[in-house]
Amino acid sequence: MATKVVMAQLSPTMEEGRLVEWKLEEGDEVAQGDVVAEIETDKANMDVESMGEGVLRKRIVGEGETVPVGATIGVIGEADEDISDLLEEIESESAGAAAAESGGEEELAAAAEAGAEAGEAGEEPAGEDGGERETAGAPAAGAGGPSRGDGRLRASPVARRMAEEKGLDLSRVEGSGPAGRIIKRDVEEALERGAERPAAGAPAGPSPLREERVELSQMRKTIAKRLSQSIGPVPHYYLTREIDMGRALELRAELNERGDRSVGVNDLLLKAAAEALVRHPEINASWDGDAIVRHGSVDLGIAVAIDEGLITPVLRDAETKGLEQISRESGTLIERARERDLQPEEYQGATFSISNLGMMGIDEFTAVINPPEAAILAVGKTQEKPVAVDGELEIRKRMRVTMSCDHRVIDGAMGARFLDTFTAMLENPLEMLT
Amino acid sequence: MPSITYREALNQAHVEEMERDDSVFLMGEEVGVYDGAYKVSKGLLDHFDDSQWRVRDTPIAEYGFSGIGVGAAMAGLRPIVEFMTWNFSFLAFDQVVNSAAKMYQMSGGQYNVPVVFRAPGGAALQLGSQHSQCPDPWYSNVPGLKVVAPATPRDAKGLLKSAVRDDDPVLVIEGELLYNTKGEVPDEDDLLVPIGEAEVKREGSDATVICHSKMVLQALEAAEGVLEEHGVDVEVVDLRTLRPLDVDTVIESVKKTNRAVVVEEGWPSAGIGAQVVDDIQREAFDWLDAPVARVSGLDVPMPYARNLEKLAFPSAPYIENAIEKVCYIEDR
Repeated sequence: MATKVVMAQLSPTMEEGRLVEWKLEEGDEVAQGDVVAEIETDKANMDVESMGEGVLRKRIVGEGETVPVGATIGVIGEADEDISDLLEEIESESAGAAAAESGGEEELAAAAEAGAEAGEAGEEPAGEDGGERETAGAPAAGAGGPSRGDGRLRASPVARRMAEEKGLDLSRVEGSGPAGRIIKRDVEEALERGAERPAAGAPAGPSPLREERVELSQMRKTIAKRLSQSIGPVPHYYLTREIDMGRALELRAELNERGDRSVGVNDLLLKAAAEALVRHPEINASWDGDAIVRHGSVDLGIAVAIDEGLITPVLRDAETKGLEQISRESGTLIERARERDLQPEEYQGATFSISNLGMMGIDEFTAVINPPEAAILAVGKTQEKPVAVDGELEIRKRMRVTMSCDHRVIDGAMGARFLDTFTAMLENPLEMLT
Repeated sequence: MPSITYREALNQAHVEEMERDDSVFLMGEEVGVYDGAYKVSKGLLDHFDDSQWRVRDTPIAEYGFSGIGVGAAMAGLRPIVEFMTWNFSFLAFDQVVNSAAKMYQMSGGQYNVPVVFRAPGGAALQLGSQHSQCPDPWYSNVPGLKVVAPATPRDAKGLLKSAVRDDDPVLVIEGELLYNTKGEVPDEDDLLVPIGEAEVKREGSDATVICHSKMVLQALEAAEGVLEEHGVDVEVVDLRTLRPLDVDTVIESVKKTNRAVVVEEGWPSAGIGAQVVDDIQREAFDWLDAPVARVSGLDVPMPYARNLEKLAFPSAPYIENAIEKVCYIEDR
């Protein structure tokens, strides 16, 4: 059966999206979950994934066009399927939306009439449709189109309640009820399929990582030997990057407005590091003499200053944890570290560490690697400074980070790519939450 | 447990309450010598001492004898007034709605009116439009009245006995089509079913059918139908009392099943179902998976023609359709 590809709501504040680029030509085969197009939201550029499978039959929206959330942007179906009815429906749906937008009373009346007709022709007599009647203030729904055609997500009350309880994003669920209404069974099926996407507070799910030993190439052996002779035994080098923290701080403020727990900048750094390490497992690694060990989990060391010196409690399995959980657990660890209450297994065996002296006013610094970890990230303070943006001078909130790398494990370009991902996470924070 | 008819159950209730309390008496058209138009009062005249006037035949004068009932109740007796059917009570509407229902309030609490009005309601078989009506919503609209509508012999007996003992006017809506139905009635002296309590007549998980009186039988039949055809497991809630409504039982069930069909024999406009749907949407909104569906008699005066009467009556197939609809089952 043909399915529509719709402009998904990818952030709570997103109302419309611009189609940046189609990733498929009409006629290309597509499987469920394949990236169909890239869209620009109010916050970031993101991928739209296919909900159905078959062939991309039709691109409805052209590259560069902006459409409201819920609008159909394409159709996926079998190669030989007749989709003329669906196309007609999509056309009338966008016509209905346009009529509603242009707004005069006559058009509204016409739209309402069309809705009544559609109701009579369809399975639901208009008179029994009381539950879905809209007030005069929401004319778009009067057109009686499919659930998303009017920019409004239709879901039964119990479906909404279940989705909220389970942290399920309803904009990613296909409705099987009348006019595309998402009903209880759709939510249950989505939960079963695990289509569940972690909201900010939800756990991120099982770890995608697995431990492996990477045999040393001749070049790798030479690098290790030569550089250890030069600066030994752990040959450090340093990569510095300046990160624009504006969006991350906005997100943090937004989260703190919604949740009962306050999320700190540190929590965002931990989350971004965990996500970036999953994408760059070569950084989440250790030198082991005759091989490099890539670790099966991200265990983040958090450098904490205490009266007697320094200790690094370890946040285990950070890649499986949501922001809220990271915030809660790291908060407890740091507090217990200060009270000198940690057991040895709680401060040993990190796979990557972060040391933040930003709150102490340090602009930037270099940190010393704690072996056998291969890297440590030194974080300076976030401060407003003038930055040239597209030829204009703007005041931005910027933060400098410096990663110390063990050159036996991490070459310069590898480290740079990791820092690039880390930076992208913080500059487009939705990336790390979805 | 003995299985007896709805008619016999009502008869037992009369006997037991009249034996228990000397102030209880029965009056109405043909209730004595003729044993009642529907034989509910069979044998009562012989059973009780005629000199005591415990069972009184009346002239065909509803306004008059129902007024006597209200007056007797004010004077301290507990009359049971039988209308041959509720269609005839309209001649006495003023006595029921103005005298019986208002007296307690207008006398500043000086007079209770412990009268019972009872009669069959709704359609039977080809009685025509004037004699096939459901008075349920009309009387349930009136503060000062209590209205019960039992579906089973057990509830008929237990609710009539509770009605006799209640200090306010209680209307018992029976059913001509129910009188011959059989059911188990516990063999105990004092079977009382509380006024104001609904009962789950069939437990289920997928949808709730809320109904009363003879619609309970239709709903139970429909429940078996959708179970067989679609594997849908329906819960049937029998309201039993229409005023005051037991909203809690309804809401508890709807929260469990997420879907509701409200059924009544009478007409749709301003019906009992309209009130139930209103309660559901306010109390269980966040539990609903579909708009609540209603099934009612067709919005026409009941036709005399047998085929048309069948179409106008909300029988099990209509209820099955509504269940399929709230469960989003497409093929029908």
